Formats: sequence, structure tokens, C-alpha cells
Amino acid sequence: MGKVKKRWIALYVENEVGVLAKVAGLFSGKSYNLSSLTVGTTEHEDISRMTIGVTSDDITFEQIKKQLNTMVEVIKVVDLTDMPIHMKEVLFAKLKRITAEEKAEAFRIAETYGITVIDIDRDAVLLESTLTERRNDELCALLRATFSHIDIVRGGAVAVEGLSTSCR
Amino acid sequence: MDIAGKKLIVKALMEEGVDKVFAYPGGMIVDIMDELYQKADIELILARHEQALVHEAEGYARATGKTGVCLVTSGPGATNTITAIADAHYDSVPLVVITGQVAQDLIGNDAFQEVDIVGMTRSITKYGVTVRDRKSLGRILKMAFVIASTGKPGPVLIDIPKDIQQAAGPGEYPDQVSIRGYKPNESVHIGQLKKAYKLLKSAKHPMILAGGGVRISGAEDKLLEFAHRMNIPVATTIMGKGVIPEDDPLYVGNSGMHGRYAANMAIMECDVLFSIGTRFNDRITGDLNEFAPKARIIHVDVETASISRNVVVDIPVVSDAALALEKLVEWAEPMKTDKWRTIIADWEKEHPLSMKKPAYGVSPQQVCEAISDTFSGALFVTDVGQHQMWATQYIKLNSDSRLITSGGLGTMGFGFPAAIGAKIGAPERDVVCITGDGGMQMNMQEMATAMCHGIKTVTCIFNNEYLGMVRQMQQMFFGKRYGITSLRKQSTWRDTSKDVTNRESQYVPDFMKWADAYGALGIRVTEESEILPALTQAKASDLPVVIEFTIPPEEVVLPMVQGGKAMSEMIL
Repeated sequence: MGKVKKRWIALYVENEVGVLAKVAGLFSGKSYNLSSLTVGTTEHEDISRMTIGVTSDDITFEQIKKQLNTMVEVIKVVDLTDMPIHMKEVLFAKLKRITAEEKAEAFRIAETYGITVIDIDRDAVLLESTLTERRNDELCALLRATFSHIDIVRGGAVAVEGLSTSCR
Repeated sequence: MDIAGKKLIVKALMEEGVDKVFAYPGGMIVDIMDELYQKADIELILARHEQALVHEAEGYARATGKTGVCLVTSGPGATNTITAIADAHYDSVPLVVITGQVAQDLIGNDAFQEVDIVGMTRSITKYGVTVRDRKSLGRILKMAFVIASTGKPGPVLIDIPKDIQQAAGPGEYPDQVSIRGYKPNESVHIGQLKKAYKLLKSAKHPMILAGGGVRISGAEDKLLEFAHRMNIPVATTIMGKGVIPEDDPLYVGNSGMHGRYAANMAIMECDVLFSIGTRFNDRITGDLNEFAPKARIIHVDVETASISRNVVVDIPVVSDAALALEKLVEWAEPMKTDKWRTIIADWEKEHPLSMKKPAYGVSPQQVCEAISDTFSGALFVTDVGQHQMWATQYIKLNSDSRLITSGGLGTMGFGFPAAIGAKIGAPERDVVCITGDGGMQMNMQEMATAMCHGIKTVTCIFNNEYLGMVRQMQQMFFGKRYGITSLRKQSTWRDTSKDVTNRESQYVPDFMKWADAYGALGIRVTEESEILPALTQAKASDLPVVIEFTIPPEEVVLPMVQGGKAMSEMIL
């Protein structure tokens, strides 16, 4: 069966009504474990590109790629799992009802992670992070351990094939 | 010159050579119907229910190999087609289903008879789309016909809002379309095929397992030639039954849940399994871990996604069956398989297919054999249930005859309308519908379609007064607690009388009165001596005929492999 692990696909699809529903429906209908899906336009206005994260074993993953390929609206399936890629995810974290001491800690974390404090209030700060999904996972864990009142908004990962380097 | 959408739709149908459209009227297709009214060379078949309508189109498509075309209205007209579209999807039947839709400014308003039919059928169509722009109508219609009929065929649903039908736009219907996301496989990887051939050649106990894909690609003759040149025995799936003539010495029989003992044993014991045009459905494999345990497996299929999906194979070959077999026939050299074939013949002798003579009524085996003899070379269309399995076991197919059945979805109600559609597609042939008393009642309104269009089919109802396939499970595995499987009028839904021959209650309906009500010919057969005269009379009749055979309820389909068990664990 191969190892169950996180894998990534870039999917080029027709920019048409219903395509997102069809792709998402394939995952639910066939019980595939979809963990993240983002979609946006490309240099061609009639083509969209999706970045899809799935957790699966080798056999299921092969089947997912084949099933995606059978869709008429799918133009190309690119397996990013073992490719050099650059991946980023936007994350917002709102830390609320914090003390002055906690606020200082929030700034220290922001500095360490290389992320931005984009808004601030008397007892709150808003952080913006554009890191890899894994780094954002780590950030979330730290924020949860440090603060009690947090809102987290994550955008899902977007990936592009690298030229000579990789960051995932 | 710009023309109305409805005119382009009719033009498309004519350019695609469509001569029959299975249709049911409604407000959202009345424009198209009116346009068709003015074109004498397309015949509209009026069904009596949209589910049956699509089964009729399926029967037509399965009998002719052409694409079946359906035209239904929005809302309930569209939702009624869903079961039959799923049926076509699982059995790879080419269909173009055109649904009317409310005008675009009403979509999303929960308008009268508005449903999101494209959304509802997304997972059971090969392609489906709502036309949102009059300019794209021609291209989308062309795409529909191309996608439905090429590669692994399947149903395509095109939803056309009323305003698009009425709007003026380009009048051209394209000769061809290029679809960047759709490239069906049209070649065969020779290197991979060579590997497959080498492996097969090295086998001591080779087997061929042939499925419905062989029929779809028209590769029957090539398969026969290949098997004969190499002396390899052939088992079939239900969808593949008849792809080689059943009297052929290399034919072992159907494999699977109710397959022949020898065929299942041969697959369990073979050392190389060459499977072609089958997706290894669970009804064929049983317990996947125990399937063909000694074999290295070659899998030829036109669709990449069908390969290594259920059964992980050693040598995958993505190819149309006919293309692959054409090459293989060139290479084929005889193998020594005498010993292996003797082993298989011994299994057959050990447990041949046969049923005991019943205490009363007639046995399914007797009826099936008499049907095969009387209607040699016919199209046999079944419904779903025990009668279907008996038909797969006891109807004998020669090179002219064939079986049309709902294999993948197992849709009760399929048989009768599919037989009507098959006869519409092949009016010169005998079409015999073999059905049960349960499935018959799921689409019996279609007798009106048959009568009004003058379509003569012979419908053989195997009446055992029960929903027999489930009753068989209750009899064998659930302590004979026959809940809601008796079709008799009873005081309680719990049929606790262990004696299934208790005939005090009334059976409904009276199939003879039903046939009579529609003007069809009804014949009841309750004993063996009446079988042949009834079939002979049916064959000679100009009217649609219904023959009701009294089948003892306790008759069960054997052999049987319980769901999830290994194919070697047959109940005999």
C-alpha cells in the first residue's frame, strides 16, 4: 500500500462554472482524504490552477491522479510530491484579550518567525504570516500554547514548481 | 447566418445521424419538440416515464452500438432520468441526454421545475454541463457526441436553458472539436504488450477473463482467434458473456458470485490471468486478497483509471481491446494446455450447472433452455435478480445472439424498457426480455410505449411471487424471516409462514389482465409441457407478448459466493 503521507498535486482545469464542485465532489464521493484545496487564475484567463493537498497511501494517490485525469475539465495533473517547489500559505492570527507582557511575547514570536504584525489594539494584535504550510502548523501550535484567545484564519497552500531551489 | 438555438440542436442531431430520439415532453423542451416536429427524418419515441425512457435509449445503444439520444424536460423530467443515467455510466453505454432548463434569469430562484441536474449527475456522467452562452451551443453539442462514444463510452448530459434554445446565434455545427482535457487512448504501447505476451506464453495454466469491453470495442472475433491460436481457455464476466460463442471448446463459463464452478476454480488456480475489458468488479473478485492467488495478472483496459484500481496487476496495458488483440493475434503461437484444460473439464464434470426438476411449476433452467432454442440468435435482455443470474447461467449464446443486462448498477426496472429500446434499434431481430415479477412491476407502464409504437417484444416473467434475490438471502442466511420480500397480499409484512408454498393469499397483479388491458397477448405457463407451445406462439405473434412462468419460490441461484468471501468458497 505504501506509506500514508501528505502529497501535493497542481491541477490545471477549465475556468468554468461547476469545475471546483466536480473536483471537490470526486474527493468526497470516492472517500479520498482531501486536506487542502486552493484555486486561482493563471496567465490564461480560461485556465485555473488548483493546489491540492491529500493524505493517502501510494495506491490511492495513483488512483486519485488517474481519476482527476479522466475528468474532461481537467487539462493537466502535476504531481508535486517529490518535485522542487516553492510553497506558501497565508495565515492570519488574531490574539485577543492579551496582557502587555503577552503583547511583547507576540512581537517576539513575530520577529522570530519573520512574520508581520499588521494591526494592533489596546489588548490585541493581528499577525500575518506567509510561510510554508508546515511552518504555519508550527506557528499555530506555538500560538495555541502561548495565548488563550486566538482566532486563526488560514488560506490553504499555494505551490509553484521551483527553478533551481525548493522551499516546502 | 444566425439561427435559433433550437434549430441548431436539431441540426446537430441530424448531422450526427440520429434517427431516433427517446423523448418525454415538458415546458422547457417544447421549443425543441416543435422544431423536431418539422423535421420528418427523426422519429421521436414517447416513453411513459423518463427513467424507462433512458433505459430504452440504453437498450437501443447496447443493441446497435450507436449513441442513444434522450430529450426530457427540466425538474422532475430530469431527476427521473438519474437512475438510468447511473446504469449507463456503470455499463459504459454511450448516451447523450438533453435536459431542458429554466431560463438563465430564473436559475437559482427555485423556479417552477428547476433543479441543478448537472450537479446531481456529476458523479454518474462522463461529462455534464449547462449551456450558458448561445455561442458555445454548437461546440458543446459536438463535444457531447464525441465524449459519449469514444474511449470508454458513457452518458453525457447537456442541460439547455430555455433562453438559449430561443436565442439567435451562430448556425454552424462543427465537424470536429479539439478538447484539451479529453484525449482517449487510441494506441497501444507495444513494449508493454510484448511483456504481457511473454508472460502469458510462459504460463502453464493460462486463463483469459473477458469482460464487456471486448464487446464495446467489437473485438469478439479477434479474441476468439487469439484464444484459439494459443489454446487458452476463456472465462467471461456477466457483461462479457457471449463475446465468444458458448459452444466453443475453449469457453469455460461465467465467473463471479454466481459463476460456474469450473470458471471460478480456473481463475483461482491459474498461474497467469489475461484479463481484458473488465474492471474487476467485486462481484467478479470476491475477497480481493484471495482473488487469483496463484496468478500473475495482465490487465488490458482502455481507461487508465480502471487499471490497478481494485486488483493490483503485474502488467497493465492501456489500450482498446481490439487494438491490443490485433497485435497479439499476430504474435500468437500455440501453447500446450491440454493438461490444464483437462483439469478444468474435470471441475466442470464435478459440478456442472443444473437444477432439479421442481415439485410444481417450471424450473428456470427448463425455461431458459427452451428460450435459447426457440429464439436462437435473439437479443436477450434481462432485468435484475434471480432470473438474471439464471439467464446468465442457462441462456446459451451463439455468435449471433447476445445478452443485454444491467451489470454494474443492477437496476431493477431496466429489462422491459431496455428490450423495447433494443427492438427499436434492431427491428429485424427477435428481442426477448427475461424479467422477474418484481422488476417487471418497476416499469410496466412501458407496455403503452410498446403498443403505441408497435414494438413487438416477448417478455418472459419468471414469477416466483417474491423479490427472489433477497428472499434467497433470507432463506439461506437469515433464518427464513421473509420481511417485505413477498409480493402477495398479506395481513402483515412479516411473512412468517416458513412454508413458501402457502398460496391462500392473493397474488397481485394479475399479469394476464395487465397484458390484456394494454392489448398485448398474455400467456400463462404453469407446467413443463406448456413451455414450448407458449414460446412458439409468442414467436409467431405480431403483438407484444407476455409469458408468465410459474417458478417455485424456493428455487435459489447456485453456485453462490457470499459477498466478501473468496471465489473458491462456493455454495454448491
